[in-house]
Amino acid sequence: MSRYYHSGLMPVDIDIAKVARLARLALNEEELERYRRQCEVVLEHAALVQSLLTEGVPPTSHPLPRTNAFREDLVTGSLPREEVLSQAPDRDGDFFVVPRILDE
Amino acid sequence: MGDLADLTVAEAAAGLRKGDLTAVELLEAVNRRAAMTEANLHAYLTVDREGSARAAVAADASLNAGKDPGPLHGIPVALKDNMVTRGLETTCSSKILSGYLPPYDGTAVTRLRDGGAVIFGKTNLDEFAMGSSTENSAYGTSRNPWDPETVPGGSSGGSAAAVAAGSALVAFGSDTGGSIRQPAALCGIVGMKPTYGLVSRYGLIAFASSLDQIGPLTRTVEDAVAALEVVGGYDPLDSTSYPGAVPDYRSGLDSGVSGLRVGVVTELNGTGIDPEVQAAVDATIARLEQAGATIVQLSLPSVEYALSAYYLIAPAECSANLARFDGVRYGLRRHGETVEQMMSNTRAEGFGPEVTRRILLGTYALSAGYYDAFYGQAQRVRTLIIRDFEAAYQQADVLVSPTSPTTAFAIGDRTADPLSMYMSDVCTIPSNMSGDPAISVPIGLDSSGLPIGFQVMAPALGEPVMFRVAAEVERQAGFDARAPYASSEAR
Repeated sequence: MSRYYHSGLMPVDIDIAKVARLARLALNEEELERYRRQCEVVLEHAALVQSLLTEGVPPTSHPLPRTNAFREDLVTGSLPREEVLSQAPDRDGDFFVVPRILDE
Repeated sequence: MGDLADLTVAEAAAGLRKGDLTAVELLEAVNRRAAMTEANLHAYLTVDREGSARAAVAADASLNAGKDPGPLHGIPVALKDNMVTRGLETTCSSKILSGYLPPYDGTAVTRLRDGGAVIFGKTNLDEFAMGSSTENSAYGTSRNPWDPETVPGGSSGGSAAAVAAGSALVAFGSDTGGSIRQPAALCGIVGMKPTYGLVSRYGLIAFASSLDQIGPLTRTVEDAVAALEVVGGYDPLDSTSYPGAVPDYRSGLDSGVSGLRVGVVTELNGTGIDPEVQAAVDATIARLEQAGATIVQLSLPSVEYALSAYYLIAPAECSANLARFDGVRYGLRRHGETVEQMMSNTRAEGFGPEVTRRILLGTYALSAGYYDAFYGQAQRVRTLIIRDFEAAYQQADVLVSPTSPTTAFAIGDRTADPLSMYMSDVCTIPSNMSGDPAISVPIGLDSSGLPIGFQVMAPALGEPVMFRVAAEVERQAGFDARAPYASSEAR
């Protein structure tokens, strides 16, 4: 089994509060700790991928690679505006309403 | 002809064309069956009584007018609730999409409607298709028609339970790591994941875009062919759609397996597989050999790492795809002083624990400092898996294994330990990683009376040979047992 080596696995060390912030998930301390423990278990299993030698192996992002799936530059129909806006949690006429983004 | 809800698609289609039955009668039979079974099974989240009634009347009218748009014309169909349906609630089994009425139909749904199918309802799933039991649904767990104390599998568990129970003649699901094949195996029906790109994902709410595929759950292999004929083929609305001609799935169904090479994957058979499941699989392989196939033992060493790589790639893609659920344009919104707080509060409340866990895993795997060691390495392992499959398909026309390492497990058995739940998909994940087609066919029952599934895998666009072998497996197994909770009799 010379293909494999079982050393030098990157240790799993999760700054869970930072990850939750990046993911826009407002979790409390108790939840953060529970998710950190669970994610560590999964990541320790997932980290086994590091035990395969992959030098010179290109990454696969897509099983059947297609690049630049172009279409004709034509105007086509769009979704009906009222049906789309009817799903908005908060709207003002034809606008989605969100908390203020810019300072006055 | 007995209860119409027990017909296969092929039988019902023939009956409709001979005038032995009508689409309205067929829908009534499915409605009666659902009324008997839903209290026990909870396969459906939404039943579209008015829409299905209209579609059935229209299907009868067009048949009477001499129009015949295809093999699902007039057939009651169930859709996994991650396939968007215009004006019909689509939740993905998530609180974050509670009450969501999509403004459009997905392409598969459009093709079903154009093909005269009667869309009966939307089936339960693990939230955002993440899970193997439907226990991650925000709207309750579906139950297995063979034993309601056990799970139907997942994530397309509602679709599998509906077809096994007769509350739909055919259902559609999505398969990212086994989410069609595993529940089909656990519910004693056929479930098929097509080649990546063969069925458009336009209007399938995305989980992991390089892995997701829509496919059918049916009672027979022939019915799976019919279902794929209707929904498959190029769609300009999905940039990953396969642009070539669709293969002829049907012509080899009766050809048998004489002269075909059937590869038994060492890494997916034996170790870690329940002995009763493996014994049934081995007996099936022996019958294929008796039917004229050549059996080849093959090793795909990288496949042992497929599960690990999957739990980096799928969460990474999920964390990106689910960023769209931000409380701005549709779905749930929770108050926050700033936009960021509004989004963070909305997402924390709207997503259940499994989805939250996967978003966190994916965000971590993609974050600076860890990207190459985790996500990048998983993508390189994916290349090795694809190479191993390519080498194997030089020596074999199809590869076989159990679909699931076990039969249906008890509700609650695996919810405390995410990793034990993830192991449910160890045999199905490799074909998602490679983008190849695979099918699960029921081959018998274990000593507890629970169904066992047999998986046939084929190279990309190898559906014809895959269906050919699956049809032989089906003939040889002669599996015609009915799920106890599929009966119209009260229990």
